[in-house]
Amino acid sequence: MSETTLPAAAPAKRRSAPRGALIGQIFEGLCFGAATLLLAALGGIIVSLIVGGWPALSKFGVGFLFSATWNPVTDVYGAAGPIVGTLITAALALVLALPISGGVAFFLTELCPAPLRRPIGTAVELLAGIPSIVYGMWGLFVFAPLFARWIQLPLMSAAKPGSLLETLTTGIPNGSGILPASIILAIMILPFMAATLRELLLTVPAAVRESAYGLGATTAEVVLSVTLPYVRQGAIGAVMLGLGRALGETMAVTFIIGNSHAFPKSLFDSGSTIASTIANEFTEATSPVHTAALISLGLVLFLITFAVLGLARLLLRQQGAKL
Amino acid sequence: MSAAKLVRRRVGDVVFKGFCWSVTGLALVALAAILWSLLAQGFGGLNLDVFTMSTPAAGSRGGLANAIVGSLLMCVLAMVIALTVGVLAGTWLAEYGGRSKYGAVIRFLNDVLLSAPSILVGLFVYELLVAPFHGFSGFAGAVALALLAVPVITRTTEDVLLLQPTTLREAGVGLGAPLSYVIRQVLWRSARGGLLTGALLAFARISGETAPLLFTALNNQFFNKPWFDLRHQTANLPVVIFNGALSAYDDLRRLAWAGALLIAGTVLAVTIVARIVAQEQRRS
Repeated sequence: MSETTLPAAAPAKRRSAPRGALIGQIFEGLCFGAATLLLAALGGIIVSLIVGGWPALSKFGVGFLFSATWNPVTDVYGAAGPIVGTLITAALALVLALPISGGVAFFLTELCPAPLRRPIGTAVELLAGIPSIVYGMWGLFVFAPLFARWIQLPLMSAAKPGSLLETLTTGIPNGSGILPASIILAIMILPFMAATLRELLLTVPAAVRESAYGLGATTAEVVLSVTLPYVRQGAIGAVMLGLGRALGETMAVTFIIGNSHAFPKSLFDSGSTIASTIANEFTEATSPVHTAALISLGLVLFLITFAVLGLARLLLRQQGAKL
Repeated sequence: MSAAKLVRRRVGDVVFKGFCWSVTGLALVALAAILWSLLAQGFGGLNLDVFTMSTPAAGSRGGLANAIVGSLLMCVLAMVIALTVGVLAGTWLAEYGGRSKYGAVIRFLNDVLLSAPSILVGLFVYELLVAPFHGFSGFAGAVALALLAVPVITRTTEDVLLLQPTTLREAGVGLGAPLSYVIRQVLWRSARGGLLTGALLAFARISGETAPLLFTALNNQFFNKPWFDLRHQTANLPVVIFNGALSAYDDLRRLAWAGALLIAGTVLAVTIVARIVAQEQRRS
């Protein structure tokens, strides 16, 4: 009985909120505001690209996506050339970088002698952080002349007239073009993809690997039928992150792709990507429609990369990887 | 049959191992070649003028002093903005609303922003801050860089806060402190090392970014007057390198290599410091 009367005995003095409660609310509000700012930033990017690109989008309609005419003189723009260039270079870069980065990751997790494991692993991770403009400069000044001399010229002279090889290798052997740009892109995304894949492979529980070895599996079998399938989903996510990088990369490509807006006709032909076109022309755009066309290109790039990155993140999340 | 199969498996294994060894060798050779050119060409272009004089016209004496100062100013301002927004946003995700639907959406968008093409961020800031005010400015450049740094900081902040033991929060709140006080005075302090790592990684990420600066900060042959005035177009290392590399003049190209060496050196140094900080953190 006495317990229940105790509260009633106390005078009906309302407890005031503790000091600092208001500060707490303000602080939580600030944190919420900052998080919402991220949403606003992404929304802002979409809205600004649509608004900025509208003059071109409304003038050219859907044809903007499918026309390969890019003519600042007559003010007629079509995005097909840069779109195709972007997709081809990114896909080629991925095809080149994927087996190599996979090999590096397998090497680091299964084959590498223990004393070398850390230095090589660290080196790969550090190289993933080198700014892409460095890769671009190397491509322009060092790689392009070598590529022209040792790959383009021999291949072009070896190609028989009328053969597939000849179709693939027409162009000016000056070291710039679709294939060289893809190779530079591949070198650029290689450390990133290798580091990510390695990180993923390290999450495979030791017991899983060891039991495979214990059953008598060879290294190749352990990697290809046990550890790689174990991280399959995350690995696909990692590869798509690499693809996202290759699609949106500006500096590594702009120097060496040749900057022509026509459809590339061969591997050695010059071309352009969305990012390289924007980087080259934006500050020198001659008319409002030109600027708007470039911003619309940005919108296309945004939609492509958003789809790729979104999918990559979903796959990585499900794998529970923190990358 | 089993003998033939054994041989096939052995051969497959040898081929696989050989492939791994050789592609690793190939990758390391390619990357070493890039570093070698960077060092050889970059040191060739480095001299005292690089640090004391402004960007030259082709054929005359000059250096990168204005670009170095401009880059530093923009990066520092960007980091101040990004740390404020990023740490608060990461805190919200970890401590307040991270488990809600809205939190999941924010986290997903942050992940997408984390690897969004930087040139699009440049276009956005151009539309937001350059076109309406009729002028390229160092301030716009800093905002673009901040936008690239925020997702990195948000991500690391959330991750390190979630690593802090729940007992820490319970102890603080149990003593009667408001949660916001516990977060600021206890959690942020104990997560200090991780937050520093995130900040350093974000700094390394933005210090070499070129694409977003091309149409925000643009470039400037001279120092702004006064030198810290970011209201006008501002010289910065990445764009000077870009222009120099595309120019037809040998002296500008040499300068571009020197600048590239400076940037890559900075990025590597900062990343290494970040790793050391992270390791210290793990040990303690």
